[in-house]
Amino acid sequence: MNRVLTIARLTVLEASRRKLLLALALLTLAVIVLTSWGFSRLPTMKDVTPAQVRLAASQLTILVAFMFSGVLALGSTLVAAPAIASDIESGIALAILPRPIRRSQVLMGKWLGLAVLVVLSPMTGGVIALVLFFVAWIGGIALAIGQVFGNDTIINIGVGSRLLIPTDGLWHGAIFYLEPSDILAAARVAGRARAGNPFFADQPLAFKYILWVIAWLVAVLGLANWSFARRDL
Amino acid sequence: MQARSIDPPALNPDEAAGAASLAIHTQDLAKRYGKTVALAGLTMSVRRAEVFGFLGPNGAGKTTAVKLLVGLALPTAGQGWVLGAPVGDLKTRRRLGYLPELFRYQGWMSAREVLELHCKLAQIPRPDWKKEIDAALELVGLSDRAGDRVDGFSKGMQQRLGLGVALLGRPDLVLLDEPTSALDPVGRHDVREVIRALKGRGTAVFLNSHLLTEVEQICDRIAVVDHGRVIATGTMAEILGKDGAVRIRATGLATTGRAALRAYGSFDDEGEWLTFRGLSQDRVPDLVGEIVRQGGRVYAVEPRHETLEDRFLELLKENG
Repeated sequence: MNRVLTIARLTVLEASRRKLLLALALLTLAVIVLTSWGFSRLPTMKDVTPAQVRLAASQLTILVAFMFSGVLALGSTLVAAPAIASDIESGIALAILPRPIRRSQVLMGKWLGLAVLVVLSPMTGGVIALVLFFVAWIGGIALAIGQVFGNDTIINIGVGSRLLIPTDGLWHGAIFYLEPSDILAAARVAGRARAGNPFFADQPLAFKYILWVIAWLVAVLGLANWSFARRDL
Repeated sequence: MQARSIDPPALNPDEAAGAASLAIHTQDLAKRYGKTVALAGLTMSVRRAEVFGFLGPNGAGKTTAVKLLVGLALPTAGQGWVLGAPVGDLKTRRRLGYLPELFRYQGWMSAREVLELHCKLAQIPRPDWKKEIDAALELVGLSDRAGDRVDGFSKGMQQRLGLGVALLGRPDLVLLDEPTSALDPVGRHDVREVIRALKGRGTAVFLNSHLLTEVEQICDRIAVVDHGRVIATGTMAEILGKDGAVRIRATGLATTGRAALRAYGSFDDEGEWLTFRGLSQDRVPDLVGEIVRQGGRVYAVEPRHETLEDRFLELLKENG
């Protein structure tokens, strides 16, 4: 565990030395200031009903949550392997791996370090997982479109991608809890037409799906370990 | 990662005891990448506290051999022991120092921080860090740059730092893969001094190099590899042969006279200069007498020791 922490510490230290953390802290601060200002302006607008303010506020909250989402920590599992690949390519790993440390410990340390970074600064998570997220997001939209048009193939593609990269599923699960209940009710009345909105969810997370996500995490880390342990450098 | 996919040791007890007392011992250690054979079957031994030179042309499998020994790559066949333990053994790695051929350290760290990281990874007790690091910096001549960021270092300075990292914790075996490739003549001299100092304190050194003069100057024993195989191994004297070459300048030798000299072995005929190889020193006066008998006038007789380079090229040709 000690050696895992050494690598994790190294990963975080690198981010802070390269002024990555500072840049992210500044960006995070800017986002907080701007959103707070935006929220404070909402009730002062003319000709808006409290219901509209609530709708706008919920959508804004979801948008901000998108950037601050802890869900994106998940992305670091997939990113740890490329981070190690770049260490191998640059020759840094050649000096570290012959030391008395298991490759799995290096991998876990890298992942832990990245996870810490994601938690420390949600913006990092945003940067790291954005690409991943969009892949899944398109899958999520595909699922919604499929539901609108009743097309089974598109639904299957959507479900498949939601299972392969679970960020979108978790995202929809998370925003469900951010939505005001009257809007949820109205949306349910409106039916399928609302389903295409990626900033909207009409169902909470299924317990089975959460289990799947945990299994997914374990599997991805296990797979990365397995392949890294056998790799010739 | 501890259990390596090599065959269980098939040595008899005597051999096993022998392997334990050696710094490195391999038997038919081989590595293939797909269909490419990087190392065809390496069998060799490196004793404790000796400086062992591993020579070969580019692509002979030198770096692959070192990577197998330090556990960076997995052997596809054969067996290997390092300091008495199977290659890749996690605990044994504590007693190994390694300077990779193409490497880089974290450019955002200072030299001292890189050394601290490796102290930690090598599990050196924390109270010893300062002493170890200061000694390493001093030895490789980086004491005044200890606080500078590594990405500001020249290639030569990075190589010096790499050598310092490899020496941390007084390892029993140090593997150096082309340690002087980026160094100027002063740097090369310094590295030779470091290697001599290591030998003096009982550390075995495995030196991968294609710089023959360097190997000639510091190695106790060498192995020459080509196409993934050892084609010669032994002490420098054994490799070079006890009999050197002799170069003679003579005029007035006719064709028949030259033919008569064949009795002294084959020679390079460069007109006035004749170079005889593999001739025992005792026979040199007889040879000169024969030349005179054949009507030759002798101006110079130069005994010449064959250089490692000559022998190296010869070996490669013989085995090509």
